[in-house]
Amino acid sequence: MILINYFARYREQLNLGGEKLALTPSLKSIEDVRQLLMARGGVWQDVLGESNLMCALNQELCRLDRPVENFDEIAFFPPVTGG
Amino acid sequence: MGIRIQREVFDIGQLTRSLHANNPQVGAVVNFVGYVRDINNARKVDSLFLEHYPGMTEKSLQTIVDKANDLWPLQAVDIVHRIGRLAIADPIVFVGVASQHRQAAFDACAFIMDFLKTHAPFWKREDTNAGPRWVDARDSDRVAASRWV
Repeated sequence: MILINYFARYREQLNLGGEKLALTPSLKSIEDVRQLLMARGGVWQDVLGESNLMCALNQELCRLDRPVENFDEIAFFPPVTGG
Repeated sequence: MGIRIQREVFDIGQLTRSLHANNPQVGAVVNFVGYVRDINNARKVDSLFLEHYPGMTEKSLQTIVDKANDLWPLQAVDIVHRIGRLAIADPIVFVGVASQHRQAAFDACAFIMDFLKTHAPFWKREDTNAGPRWVDARDSDRVAASRWV
C-alpha cells in the first residue's frame, strides 16, 4: 500500500486530496504510478500529464524515476509558489 | 531562531532583535519580508490564500537552512512563513540571517529566498475581481535559484 497526496490546483481539479493504492509488482517507480493514474483518462490524464508537474517521495522533492516501496508517501503538485 | 509555519502575523522588529540578542559575535543582520500585492498579472487581487504540505514544508525549509549554513558562516537563521487567508499588504514571509559580516548575510538571505520560492511546498491562490485563480510559478524564480548551483 502506498499513500498518494495531491495539492493546490491538482487537488481541486482531481477533486481529491489523497488516496491509497495497492503496490503491485508492475509499480516500480513514481513514473509507473503516474502512468497508472493517467490511464484513468480525462482530468487525470490532463493534470498528471502536465510537463512541469512536481513530485515528492516521503516528503522530499524527487524525480519521477525514483523507485517506490511499500508504505511510501508520494505527492504530486504543480510548481510551488510560496514566498 | 528556527522555522515556523503559522497563520498569525509576525512582529518584524521582535524577530530582527532576537537574531542578534545575546550574541555579540553578530555584526550583520539581513532580513527579507515578502508582502501581498494588490495587483498581479494585470488583475486586481482582493486577498490571498496560502496552502502548504504539512511536514514536507518544515523539512524542505530545514534542508535549505542546512545548505546555507554549509555555504556561509552564519550565526543565526530565522524563517517564518504564513499560511491561510492573507489580506492585501499583509506580510507573507520573513527570512532573517545573522552573521559576523554583511556579505555572508546578504548572500545567504538571497539564497534562502531563491530556494524557498522554488523548492518549499507552498501554493498561492488569489481571489481576484475575475474569481479565484492559482498563481503560476515564474520562470524568473527558477532562473534565480539556478544561479547558486
